[in-house]
Amino acid sequence: MSEKDNRPILEVSHLGIDFGGLTAVDDFNISLAKTEIAGLIGPNGAGKTTIFNLLTKVYQPSRGKIVLDDKDTNGMNTIQVNRAGIARTFQNIRLFDKLTVEDNVKIGLHNHTEYNMWSGIFRLPKYWNEEKRSHEKALELLSIFDMQDLADATAGSLPYGAQRRLEIVRALATEPKVLLLDEPAAGMNPSETAELMENIRKIRDKFQIAVLLIEHDMNLVMGICEGIAVLNFGKIIAKGTPSQIQNNPQVIEAYLGKKKEAK
Amino acid sequence: MKKISKSARSSFINYGIVLIFFLFFQIMLSTGKLSNSLSGQLIPICTYVIMALALNLVVGISGELSLGHAGFMSVGAFSGVVVATALKDVITVSPIRLILAIVIGAVLAAVAGTIIGIPVLRLQGDYLAIVTLAFGEIIKNVLNCLYIGADSKGLHFSMKDGNSLNMETGGTVIINGPQGALGIQKISTFAAAIILVLIVLFIIQNLVNSRAGRAIKAIRDNRIAAESCGLNIMKYKMMAFVLSAAIAGAAGALYALNYSTVVPKKFDFNTSILVLVFVVLGGIGNLRGSMIAAAILTVLPELLRQFQDYRMLVYAIVLILVMIITNNSKAKDLLGRVGAKIFKKSAVQKG
Repeated sequence: MSEKDNRPILEVSHLGIDFGGLTAVDDFNISLAKTEIAGLIGPNGAGKTTIFNLLTKVYQPSRGKIVLDDKDTNGMNTIQVNRAGIARTFQNIRLFDKLTVEDNVKIGLHNHTEYNMWSGIFRLPKYWNEEKRSHEKALELLSIFDMQDLADATAGSLPYGAQRRLEIVRALATEPKVLLLDEPAAGMNPSETAELMENIRKIRDKFQIAVLLIEHDMNLVMGICEGIAVLNFGKIIAKGTPSQIQNNPQVIEAYLGKKKEAK
Repeated sequence: MKKISKSARSSFINYGIVLIFFLFFQIMLSTGKLSNSLSGQLIPICTYVIMALALNLVVGISGELSLGHAGFMSVGAFSGVVVATALKDVITVSPIRLILAIVIGAVLAAVAGTIIGIPVLRLQGDYLAIVTLAFGEIIKNVLNCLYIGADSKGLHFSMKDGNSLNMETGGTVIINGPQGALGIQKISTFAAAIILVLIVLFIIQNLVNSRAGRAIKAIRDNRIAAESCGLNIMKYKMMAFVLSAAIAGAAGALYALNYSTVVPKKFDFNTSILVLVFVVLGGIGNLRGSMIAAAILTVLPELLRQFQDYRMLVYAIVLILVMIITNNSKAKDLLGRVGAKIFKKSAVQKG
């Protein structure tokens, strides 16, 4: 059992993409263990979100290989990748604004709700059973963030932090094996961030999934991530544990610049 | 469960409005208090209500723009007429013939919708509007030179003229090119029209409040997020569009079988835009609003007859006033306060 847990769930090798003449990401390698929380950091424009877009096939990679749970995702599209087990949140929040909070989560549950259009139109028993089940499941998922009381609110009317949390719940509802979080703490205050950190750990333990997150809040990254990769100009410049990263001269240079020699 | 009962309540209010509308006009009709011109408008009103519901499914729920819904209506209308006339001697019970005509009209319109939808709904942007606009015009011109006749051997088709149908003597020409469908038996009834409205409402409301409807709305709100949740975009866009086309076809059959002649020109661009006006004025995505807008705006030209030459001018002014009122928060507040005074409770919540 323990050996199985150590087998990587997501293995990315030599991933790269070119936009015209510009190489946005090159030779990106990462390996995520089954219940690992890993961080992806780097200065603005380093290509972090591009990597998420490559993993979820919003962009088709120019080079490289993404293997999810021993399955090569080559040739899959965004929808298939999600069904294979990668769910994500977005840096600029993308909720279904006009739907209720509960319906947003139910969209995440969509592929795990089994009834067709006709059962829905004619309200066959299957409709009632499945809707009841997904209603209960949605409330259960919302309770992770104590949001079950907001179930009837319109998603677009939620405060910023709650919208971020709802995106995580929606991603979780698709029952992923790997959860990609794009700046989950953006716009949150320190106490909210601390709470989020706890919740990410809780999610990992409860659902037994791997989490890869992009984040600028170093307290969160250093506090929660077991492994960190640092990206600059589309290339990995350092990889390691939080303490290794903190003392890596190349990382310090990427963030703060080179010390100028006094003349 | 609160959420489900809320949407169910709204659905039942809609059924109630349709039934009250039916009872009111049925009583008026049987007591002879309805003017001739208005009683002739009852089936067209129902037809346009159905068209508004169908278009709202595409424009409001699915978030795509269709400018050629009259094209689907005409597919349904002419195929419905052919079915009803050709089966005149085989099936003598007219309600059964009407049902058959409506079903076949809906099926053929759905086929047309599928043919358009498969290539166009893959694209993002305004392509559906462009293609449906063209479809409406093409279908009108095709029907303008289509001749269909029936005799004892079956149906005859021609794209040249009536003589080349090669029919036996005694055969009837059902569709005669630009003159349209002739000698239609009027088998549509007000009751049948109301039943169709209720069926369409039932289908659309139950669809919208189910798994598929949720997916359609989610794709409208955010396509990229919907994809990342594993929704099959194409499937749900097609579902909404084809269902809408089928409903428009059914409405067309109902409409055509209310007249003795129907010309292809009736279902032109103006009709498509008229239906779009109902949807926009009634509220995009608001089924009840578009139903009411369709009913009122269909009878309005008749009611405005007293203005004679200025009829369309007054019509335009009414449209503009409705637009201002429905889109102006101050006007809404005012209406809300007036309503609150009348009902002695806060009818409208600010927000």
